[in-house]
Amino acid sequence: MNFYNIFGEIEKADPEVYDRLDTRRAAMKGFANLGGKLALAAVPIALGSMFKKAYAGSKSTSETVLQILNYALTLEYLEAEFYTTALSKGILLIPAGAATAAITTISNHETQHVSYLKTAIAPLGTAVAKPTFDFSGGSGSGTGPFLTVFTDYPLFLAVAQTLEDTGVRAYKGRAAELVKGGDLLTAVLNIHSVEARHASHIRQMRKASGVDVKPWITGIISGIPAGLVEPNYIGEDNTKQATIEIVNINSMAISTNAATEAFDEGLTKDQVLAIVTKFIKP
Amino acid sequence: MNYSEKRSNEKIVAPLSRRKFLGYAGAATGLVVALAACSKDDTVPMNAGVDLLSGDFGILNYAYALEQLEAAFYIKVISAPYAGITADETARLTEIRDHEIAHREFFKNALGAKAIVALEVDFSTITFTSRDSVLATAKAFEDLGVSAYNGAGKLITNPDYLVLAGKIVSVEARHAAYIRDLISNGSFADSTVIGANGLDKSRTPPEVLAIAGTYIKTKINASNLPTS
Repeated sequence: MNFYNIFGEIEKADPEVYDRLDTRRAAMKGFANLGGKLALAAVPIALGSMFKKAYAGSKSTSETVLQILNYALTLEYLEAEFYTTALSKGILLIPAGAATAAITTISNHETQHVSYLKTAIAPLGTAVAKPTFDFSGGSGSGTGPFLTVFTDYPLFLAVAQTLEDTGVRAYKGRAAELVKGGDLLTAVLNIHSVEARHASHIRQMRKASGVDVKPWITGIISGIPAGLVEPNYIGEDNTKQATIEIVNINSMAISTNAATEAFDEGLTKDQVLAIVTKFIKP
Repeated sequence: MNYSEKRSNEKIVAPLSRRKFLGYAGAATGLVVALAACSKDDTVPMNAGVDLLSGDFGILNYAYALEQLEAAFYIKVISAPYAGITADETARLTEIRDHEIAHREFFKNALGAKAIVALEVDFSTITFTSRDSVLATAKAFEDLGVSAYNGAGKLITNPDYLVLAGKIVSVEARHAAYIRDLISNGSFADSTVIGANGLDKSRTPPEVLAIAGTYIKTKINASNLPTS
């Protein structure tokens, strides 16, 4: 019997098992240590006590899922209201034709995501209420750095890009918690890739208006002046995936830029909340 | 546990990472499968073809197969570009080629001895001199890739692998949107690919392989992949 497989089996029954055990690494270390010290017959008993400790006072799986969905809903509320507000300014903000059509497409998706998530949340608990947003990024002061976001089209596109890229990163950052989450995980992934399509298009719109960005994220380059969105792009310059260096991997000519572009990085909940808080009136 | 105990524990188990545990577990599983196969009638192979294997390794090999296909396609596109290609298109398609090669090589290294062989592709239905043919194929591959990763997510049991798939799928979605916009600006997320709830498509491995099979000459055996 391979005792290490026990973790895999328990994980099948409870996707959150590693969270309960601090971290996978700690769990493995704890177990390896036990195995080294105890007689083989005593291992299952020791393992049992380890898990008992882990489950004491922990949140249920459904509570975690509810919390993640409400987190996603908050981000979708933000995006949906951002675009509906922008579209309400008409051609004073967004040029008629292709630009208005594209923003309308994106806006409709964000509104649909809000409805969809509310429906998904209903059987699990209560959906969070829509916050009051401050799109100036001033934490409710209304005088943040993006004060002119709904009158200055290039700034509007810059903030749109940041929100889309951050949305992609936010979903990715919570994916591990939904491992083996069945159709719910699929639904979240199906939203995640739509946000990436949006990000790609907004970046193309910015490129067309002369900003030096690509449809994908190169390093931590945002095409936005310094001091505004660094927390949104932190870590996107990573070139190592699961300890494997991607630059020139297996003697292929993969540049540092390509290596960073080829993999989008996640943001933790805390990183995302720190960003989003600036757009919410307390 | 006090600090010094913790330190000594770390020292003892440091070389034993989860990855290695999984490697051992996987190797053991593989052995069991091989033994089981031997006990059957091994003169009549069922599901002949390249075996993607089972479990998470199976899903990683499935992704590796798709990335091989995409990389081979863009390598060919860039080696002999279609008529009238612009400088910007050349730059972006070259980047996409490099992203796909990076994905392919990443999976190859992550899988190690579990990796399937290099697949033989069949691009006889593509007219590489034609912008329309190349971009239509690129669009099909990128949308297919997005739906494949979206559909495979729930089949992955290791959270680290799920996150890695997530890191790749959003890049495929960025590609898909770019290619779609090259064909028709504004079609990056149109109703042919995004449903009424604002959700992208997801496809099961059999659905994806049935579509991809047109372009892959090597026979693939996906019968051991997880289905739920």
